[in-house]
Amino acid sequence: MEAFDMSLVNWSRAQFALTAMYHWIFVPLTLGLSFIIAFMHTRYYKTGSEKWKNTTKFWMKLFGINFAIGVATGIILEFEFGTNWSNYSWFVGDIFGAPLAIEGIMAFFLESTFIAVMFFGWNRVSKKFHMLSSWFVAFGSNLSALWILVANAWMQNPVGMKFNPDSARNEMENFAEVLFSPTAINKFLHTISNGYVVASLFVIGISAWFILKGKHLEFAKRSILVASVFGLLSSIFVVITGDSSAHNVAQIQPMKFAAMEGIYEGGEGVGLTTIGMVTPGKRYDNNKNDFVFALKAPKMLSYLANRNSNSFVPGINDLIDGNKDHNIIPISERMEFGKLAINAFKEYNNSEDAEIKESALKTLEENYQHFGYGYLPDKKSAIPNVPLTFYSFHIMVSLGFFFIVLFGAFLFFSVKQKIESKKKWLKLAVWSIPLGFLASELGWVVAEVGRQPWTIQDILPTMVSTSHLSTSSVQVTFWAFVALFTVLLIAEIKIMLHQIKSGPKNMED
Amino acid sequence: MSHLALQQYWWIIISLLGSLLVFLMFVQGGQTLVSQLAKTSIERKILFNSVGRRWDITFTTLVTFGGAFFASFPLFYSTSFGGAYWVWMLILFSFIIQAVSYEYRTKPENFLGEKTYNTFLFINGLVATILIGIVVGTFFTGSDFSIDKLRLTESGNNIISQWEGPAHGLEAALNLTNLSLGLAIFTLSRILGALYFINNVDNKVLVHRASHLMKFCSIAFLVFFLLFTGLILTREGFAVNPETQEVYMEKYKYLHNFIQMPVVLVIFLLGVVGVLAGIYIGAFKKSGKGIWFAGAGTILTVLSIFLLAGFNNTAFYPSTYDLQSSLTIQNASSSKYTLTVMSYVSLLVPFVIAYIWYSWKSLSKKKINEKDIINDDMAY
Ligand code: HEM
Repeated sequence: MEAFDMSLVNWSRAQFALTAMYHWIFVPLTLGLSFIIAFMHTRYYKTGSEKWKNTTKFWMKLFGINFAIGVATGIILEFEFGTNWSNYSWFVGDIFGAPLAIEGIMAFFLESTFIAVMFFGWNRVSKKFHMLSSWFVAFGSNLSALWILVANAWMQNPVGMKFNPDSARNEMENFAEVLFSPTAINKFLHTISNGYVVASLFVIGISAWFILKGKHLEFAKRSILVASVFGLLSSIFVVITGDSSAHNVAQIQPMKFAAMEGIYEGGEGVGLTTIGMVTPGKRYDNNKNDFVFALKAPKMLSYLANRNSNSFVPGINDLIDGNKDHNIIPISERMEFGKLAINAFKEYNNSEDAEIKESALKTLEENYQHFGYGYLPDKKSAIPNVPLTFYSFHIMVSLGFFFIVLFGAFLFFSVKQKIESKKKWLKLAVWSIPLGFLASELGWVVAEVGRQPWTIQDILPTMVSTSHLSTSSVQVTFWAFVALFTVLLIAEIKIMLHQIKSGPKNMED
Repeated sequence: MSHLALQQYWWIIISLLGSLLVFLMFVQGGQTLVSQLAKTSIERKILFNSVGRRWDITFTTLVTFGGAFFASFPLFYSTSFGGAYWVWMLILFSFIIQAVSYEYRTKPENFLGEKTYNTFLFINGLVATILIGIVVGTFFTGSDFSIDKLRLTESGNNIISQWEGPAHGLEAALNLTNLSLGLAIFTLSRILGALYFINNVDNKVLVHRASHLMKFCSIAFLVFFLLFTGLILTREGFAVNPETQEVYMEKYKYLHNFIQMPVVLVIFLLGVVGVLAGIYIGAFKKSGKGIWFAGAGTILTVLSIFLLAGFNNTAFYPSTYDLQSSLTIQNASSSKYTLTVMSYVSLLVPFVIAYIWYSWKSLSKKKINEKDIINDDMAY
């Protein structure tokens, strides 16, 4: 099982990462800002005050600018599973396609229909229907996140399905298991609340800038109050759901978990690294220390992983070489089992003899949980990029705690009516806008780099998932995406900055 | 329901989504008309805002079409998108540039300038309609791909579904049948765009120009459409033996399909009459009702074309490289379980259509005119 066209695999991955990360610049803002706007719109509906109307309209304009490019970068993702991951689509399309279709039918139409009403409904539809449309947009966008995250969660934790050797693909057996898997629930909750955090930071940051410039003070304070309440609640929720995500990862993707924490040697009662630096050049087969330095919270990692502070947490070496005491099978054995499964699949299909078919099927089913390992060229290819996963995870987590402090402070100053005098905090808030986006992107780096080499955990490796294309084709589209998305991003930012600078219209304050 | 009944049910849904998409591409058609119809910047603004309020419905329909195709016939998704790579990529790029263009075209500091965004919209209208038509053409003419599930067990090349030509889909544009369908869809979308303007724009001059220009589009459309229809009805088609599932070539297969499925023929004829009636109403009466006739006609016609390609033991995505690799609604579909789940989901569709209808109605009580657009600070 050698001789994969690794350059094709890597370029396909690069293209997917590029398009997904571009798309992910815009999505969290849509997820969160839509609710903030719906809330403001409701204030306008209730009070009839022009101030709330203008506040709503200002954020709505920014929402529209962001939404357009979110849609533009999103369409490619819907089709990229087919264009660049043809084998993947074949192998799991029976399960993976359903949430994508449901996303379209249930969520995208809701979103796009009511966005038109939200933008063009001023003076055209009744005030009540108009206000409700803003809520529909918010629910629609969050609902679409649900379905795509269910799909992603299923790749990480493939439940509710069975391999069918006649059609050479996995087939769905239990939709409820797919939809309600703990991975799906954690992912959904963590991701939408991350969107609320990003949007709250965005609103506070821009409002802080207005205050620093001494412009639109009342508008800015009104916006900060709304966003700091929303942000504080969401950031606490992000930490809670992040914690349960980590617990879940430890159960179903122990290798990702070990990479997130950069531990090679497992143990009992393991500490959680709060700040640390992984040793450059550390590999599973050398004896360097895991860390150059690390500040550890004692026993916390064991607690995080298994809700028991003395429990065993496997390190990368345990997972590679196996650990009899803790029932961990070495990768080399799993590779053998995987090859057995693949060969049994072949035998099943090549034979006409009922008995041979049956015994092949039995072997296949017994070893199917190791199927993907049969493709790995060597055992070290089962390890993801450790430093990238480690740093991404730790920066995301640190930012999470920082955001709580920031939102807490702004809520406090808001209530005490002291915001205008807090110049340093205001500046910090402006600079925190990019930090929100950073944390959000890093989250996906953890989730996706950390699970390599798998597209379907343990079942299908990335290198067996691509389409049959030449590397140069993918290079061409990769660079085309780089060029186009970058140009569009520049346009978006320029338009956005101009709109922000011109401020909310007709504001007396 | 039996697996076969579910497969047929889903083929009808896919066909309906496809036909709705072609109808909704009046947005794309409209985009290609603007530079010919509008002489001043305010006229351009009126026209772009007229179709601009609908663009995301077309876009969403395309995305849902892709998702639904993936869920119900995943092997088509895997084969066509990964194989006809360049055609799909060009289609997608044209929609990417569309998605930002309305929102950004008249915003200050928009980096590329209004002209570029207008050009993006024109390109989208041109490329998307023609190429989607060409892809649908290959349902009748076939493509060069091979499918072998045992490749999964090989070392090195593990990809089950492979395109066998170097052009990855571009070769389809050289086939007269495909090309005539592509151009028919392009000209049809322009007719629909013009009819939509006649219905939606409150400006005598623009309506007059749209109605006039439509006459020329209609002649071109009829030529391409008749050519396509003639070509497929006289060619041999990809038939499936219902017992063995073996694929073989049958003379006049699509003509036979019409004769053996008279309902489909009736849908087709009704559709064509509807389109012609719509053209007549728009071109000679200048009445806004034209879009309804032509729209319904388009939906029926395209629906019948999809049914022609997939029903009555026909391979809907045939392979000319290896006949037995051809995809049929039976061998390309999802499992019975998945189709059943998806069928429950499909019960939501009437509800979705109802709220889209309601919100469209409430937004377009008034036609679009100059005053409106100038006073609307959310306008494109
Ligand atoms: C104490 C704080 C946090 C913890 C413990 C935490 C934990 C995690 C874990 C374990 C994952 C990987 C889940 C998986 O692979 O399935 C993850 C992913 C992610 N995180 Fe965090 N996180 C925290 C804070 C944040 C913050 C502040 C943001 C952004 C504002 C964020 C955004 C994301 C995103 C977007 C993902 C990818 C989606 C997903 O896999 O759920 N996280 N987080």
